[in-house]
Amino acid sequence: MVKDRNWYLVPYVVFIVLFVVLPIVLIVYYSFFDIHGDFTFENYIKFFTPVYLKMALSSFWYAFLITAFSLLIAYPTAYFLTKLKYKQLWLLLIIVPSWINLLLKAYAFIGIFGTYGFANAMLETFGIGRQQLLFTDFSFIFVSVYIFIPFMILPIYNALDKLNPSLVDASKDLGASNWTTFSHVIFPLTLDGVKSGCQVVFIPALSLFMLTRLIAGNRVITLGTAVEQHFLVTQNWGMGSTIAVFLIIIMVFIMVISGSRKRGIKL
Amino acid sequence: MKRKFKPSTIYLAIVFVILYAPIFYLMYYSFNSGGKMYAFESFTWEWYGELLSDTRLLIIVLNTIIIALLSAAISTIIGTLGAIAVWYIRKNKMKNLLLSLNNILIVSPDVVIGASFLILFTFIGIQLGFFSVLLAHIAFSVPIVVIMVLPKLQEMSPSLIAAAKDLGANRYHVLTKVILPYITPGIFAGFFMALTYSLDDFAVTFFVTGNGFTTLSVEIYSMARQGVSLTINALSTILFLFTILLVIGYYFISKRTNANGRMFGLGARK
Amino acid sequence: MRKLVQAFVTVFVISFLLIFIVNRLNAAEGYAGNNTITVYNWGEYIDPDLIDQFEEETGIKVIYETFDSNEAMMVKIDQGGTAYDIAVPSEYAIERMKENDALIPLDHSKLPNLKNIDERFLDLAFDPGNEYSVPYFWGTVGIVYNPTMLEEGRTFTSWDDLWAPDLKNQILLVDGAREVIGFGLNSLHYSLNDTNKDHLQEAKDKLVKLQPNIKAIVGDEIKMLMVNEDAPIGVVWSGDAADMMWENENLDYAVPEEGSNLWFDNMVIPKTAKNVDGAHKFINFMLDAEVAAQNADYVGYSTPNKAAMELLPEETVTDERFYPSPELTDKLEVYENLGPDMLNYYNELYLEFKMHAK
Repeated sequence: MVKDRNWYLVPYVVFIVLFVVLPIVLIVYYSFFDIHGDFTFENYIKFFTPVYLKMALSSFWYAFLITAFSLLIAYPTAYFLTKLKYKQLWLLLIIVPSWINLLLKAYAFIGIFGTYGFANAMLETFGIGRQQLLFTDFSFIFVSVYIFIPFMILPIYNALDKLNPSLVDASKDLGASNWTTFSHVIFPLTLDGVKSGCQVVFIPALSLFMLTRLIAGNRVITLGTAVEQHFLVTQNWGMGSTIAVFLIIIMVFIMVISGSRKRGIKL
Repeated sequence: MKRKFKPSTIYLAIVFVILYAPIFYLMYYSFNSGGKMYAFESFTWEWYGELLSDTRLLIIVLNTIIIALLSAAISTIIGTLGAIAVWYIRKNKMKNLLLSLNNILIVSPDVVIGASFLILFTFIGIQLGFFSVLLAHIAFSVPIVVIMVLPKLQEMSPSLIAAAKDLGANRYHVLTKVILPYITPGIFAGFFMALTYSLDDFAVTFFVTGNGFTTLSVEIYSMARQGVSLTINALSTILFLFTILLVIGYYFISKRTNANGRMFGLGARK
Repeated sequence: MRKLVQAFVTVFVISFLLIFIVNRLNAAEGYAGNNTITVYNWGEYIDPDLIDQFEEETGIKVIYETFDSNEAMMVKIDQGGTAYDIAVPSEYAIERMKENDALIPLDHSKLPNLKNIDERFLDLAFDPGNEYSVPYFWGTVGIVYNPTMLEEGRTFTSWDDLWAPDLKNQILLVDGAREVIGFGLNSLHYSLNDTNKDHLQEAKDKLVKLQPNIKAIVGDEIKMLMVNEDAPIGVVWSGDAADMMWENENLDYAVPEEGSNLWFDNMVIPKTAKNVDGAHKFINFMLDAEVAAQNADYVGYSTPNKAAMELLPEETVTDERFYPSPELTDKLEVYENLGPDMLNYYNELYLEFKMHAK
């Protein structure tokens, strides 16, 4: 219909080339150079040594745990939220804490989990006695789940909200138990929300770097920590880029999985 | 029929308590004259006084606001044009390619965005500081604006434009008299999203800042690590109250304009 | 459409108004004028009364700015946006700045008070003949510990004491590759600047065995954690230890007898300087015995100024924790610039060590 050129494309395509394509090209390019600026495959060889493989594996493991716990807590929350009277307002209240700066919350948790902090005081009054909480796997996963939970709740909430209640009624009328209704009707129909929630949590969880330092006291080293260290502390940009390349590959992989699904459903 | 405390209510109550606990913890100790985050001694305004007399911190807060406003405005303009461009494209392949590239910036982990922009700015020769932070914030906001504006365009009926054309409107008029007014709510939603992303960002800024230029989250990071002063508790109290004010205003505006819950939280950008 | 344009114009107007305000605030923070010097120092690293005194005595206005890491300081000086007349980098940063040609040689004839500095701290490897730098404060790396949280009578005279099996989960380490690998090397009686890869591997293997005792590896927050008694033992710089002990009287500090790192912060004149003469005056002023003594008393770090030490309280300068005896100082080593390859090797080993958590 419109024969004239699509001029709106110009600034946007310039933007995409400059800030999406070029950075990726540069990251890949830099990953082939060592600290002296000489061309090398060394970084990739190094990535497949036990140190970095172990790091990649443990990153995956922690990201998996964080995603799983977030889902476990977020799904019932989202489900109960949709049953509330002023659900939009309550949802907003779930979102508000995520607008408070992440570092402030991390700082609060250092206080709460500290040896003389609130959590230990509670443990003591319950007669369990002081425990080391800060700098443990527990505190790292707890705080990460805390940070990510609103982002998991949102898509699940939206999926549940769109769910046609007559489907649930129909299932119940046909004599299905609550559990059967949930596992055969509700959950499958909200799977899209669950998937996008997992995607939105898993990728950032893979590359957390502030919490590994502040909350886990460098007892957990993720791929994100390694990228940050190589870029900002040890100044080995080549190795940092190599790890970033792997993070990009993983991300594209996850995008392809969830992307094809979306296109299948749309239209 | 309804009992007072259903298990679901208790569950939600626990979730809310945990979500707000750290924030109130910080606020509570901002009034502690003891100067520590435990053992509350007595009530004091001392930390607030210290906070308000700190010009450096005031400059940092203003810088943060400037970056947020400018990056949100500029990225909204680029993003809106981008959304219109994508919408005009007829070929599905091209459309999907552009949208996938667009989504890369939304899904990418912050460290990767930060690291790649650091390389980019070094490569082009942009000094690290105000300008590099502004560019980075514009860059990660544009895709979000595109995603917020595009659905509005798609819901616009093509006959609307055809009608305008029949009435003799040229391209410019179609844009200013038909398209833009129709998608205005989407544009504002995009602007606010970009604003929140910019205000909240730590990791990307951390990578690309330099030359003594600091935003609030980077400053909080160094303050939290030194962690001897409760002024940061006072600061978080003020920020929290400010956020609450924004939320209330925002809730009423969105109720009036009938925008839906899509406006907040696209992804975890940490 | 009108609404959109209005909104965006408002946003831009507000932004530029704010930029204007920030510029005015920035200008109000520094002063304008010719007879000034700009001093770039670490945070809380000078007695502010001394700045007033210097301004009164010389009529030179001091603009004082602070930094929190050598790297940040070097970047800012390289960038050249501000004309710093004095900076206070650590020794390894001085080597880097020398290589980058970022420093102006000192005119010793303008620094008569240089004679006050203890000879032990002059003519060091990082700056032979003190061509570019004059020591400001110095210190060590050692073990800070909290006797009230440990069994009675426990002391740390050797790095090996950290490996004691009953110290599970008790130790905080400062997050630095050279510091951590360094005390590993020290505990094996190797040099801190060792470049023998076998020795370095050995040190790493030994450090991996320390992992069960390590509670966390942290940055600046180590001060807060030690002061709050979150952990009983920390490996830290003596300067940080002095700060912690000031805040929490229970803490004590020891430098293990195998030896340790000796660090210096030094006054230099960067290439960006506009008032080289004023900068020399400032350095000479800070080297004055009384001034240095007052400064050391305020900051709490160890002064290299022999004449000042005579003016300091007896118990301060005889405190072997912060003014170690010559026998121990002989065992202390200054970090040498090992070159990028070796540094990278240190970093890789350090990462490997960190990966062995638990």
